[in-house]
Amino acid sequence: MTTSVDRPQTDAERTVSVTVNGVPREATVPVRRVLSDLLRDDLGLTGTHVGCAHGVCGSCTVMVDGDPVRSCLVLAVQVQGASVTTVEGLAREDERGGQVLHPVQEAFRECHALQCGYCTPGFLVTIAAGLEARDAAEEISEEEVDELVGGNLCRCTGYANIKKAVRHAAATMRDGQ
Amino acid sequence: MKPAPFRYADPRSLDEALDVLSAEAGAKVLAGGQSLLPLLAMRLAAPSTLVDLNRVPGLDAVEATGDGVRVGALVRHAHLLRDTAAARVQPLLARATANVAHPAIRNRGTTVGSIAHADPSGEMTSVLALTDGSVTVATPGGRETVGWRDLFVGPLETSLSGPSVVVDAFFPALAERSGTAFAEISRRKGDYAVCGAGVVVTLDGDRRVAAVRASYISVGLVPEVHDLTEAVAGKPVDGADWAAAGALARTLVDPDGDIHASADYRRLLVGVLTERTLAEAAAEALERTAA
Repeated sequence: MTTSVDRPQTDAERTVSVTVNGVPREATVPVRRVLSDLLRDDLGLTGTHVGCAHGVCGSCTVMVDGDPVRSCLVLAVQVQGASVTTVEGLAREDERGGQVLHPVQEAFRECHALQCGYCTPGFLVTIAAGLEARDAAEEISEEEVDELVGGNLCRCTGYANIKKAVRHAAATMRDGQ
Repeated sequence: MKPAPFRYADPRSLDEALDVLSAEAGAKVLAGGQSLLPLLAMRLAAPSTLVDLNRVPGLDAVEATGDGVRVGALVRHAHLLRDTAAARVQPLLARATANVAHPAIRNRGTTVGSIAHADPSGEMTSVLALTDGSVTVATPGGRETVGWRDLFVGPLETSLSGPSVVVDAFFPALAERSGTAFAEISRRKGDYAVCGAGVVVTLDGDRRVAAVRASYISVGLVPEVHDLTEAVAGKPVDGADWAAAGALARTLVDPDGDIHASADYRRLLVGVLTERTLAEAAAEALERTAA
């Protein structure tokens, strides 16, 4: 092989600009940094929890441009220019500057759908994204509920109440509350 | 664990991607990352450089024509699953894709990436085989088509070497008077299957069974297609003995045992899933013949 004079650009470190929960953020990170660690360690948003760190448990689920993804299986450099929503971004501001919980968060409180709470942020983001993507007027089926939460693990095994919360939130969103 | 350090490039063209791959012998292509990032996190792989295809334009299209479905390297499983035109041309695509992991993984993972990953427990490697499909490989010297038989060498191993990028996969259309089905058994829905089966049943003009083919997942080291026609050939479709085809399938496979299932249990599942999916595929073939 001849000597390459024009070696293509590769980086060990990058500055990442990303909108998180509507706020523009920036951090300079080694390129091996995964999105979950960018959020927690570089941006101080510790609502996103890391369970297994290889895509099995679903604890670290966040939305990237509206779609739920495992933040442990996305590199921080890959969200350059994207919009990320974490569990901290689910609640809305009301007209008096207070916070109104997302219907899924309300439903979790109502239905006692959390015990230790470690898996909760991943469930909340997954369910919120799933319910927002479907036609709220249609009654949610048991198969839909199973499909929605099937990729997230709760080691307290509180699935019955989590599924109850999904149905509760779907009903709230159907009634437009 | 966290991935070992590596360097990163996100080229804006395929040529640029091939340049980096040519310059860095230890470089690896990153598409959806849903199999690669776990390998990095567990330090089962430690490439010197990742070449991220996500900013290369022109790789994110699904093209469905009468001949088949061409799936670009950046098409996510979720995209293929929603593509109704692709499902009409080759129904196995949506059927198998619905079994790929969970929605959050399908939003990110790519169909072509999972084929290039060559995992014998992956759904799409087996569908590429069952549909007699191929991939298009770009190298610095040009493009070539590689058929599935020449692609898969072993678990997580393809015949591709040197700087190369799989730019698309082509799945031929389902033939006339044919039906398909796909099913798997897993401990938790969306987990790696203990065993899975995809089948194609083709009828003749008199609604008799003309051909039966099956491919299994998590069975064997590379995808294989088994011809089960002899067990049911010439039988009227509604009276065919699908259990006989299941029994034949059990004699043709050579699964390994592991912590999840013994070899014997996997062989049993091959029989059960074959019988179940063939009945379903036959009903669809009949429907498509009547139409």
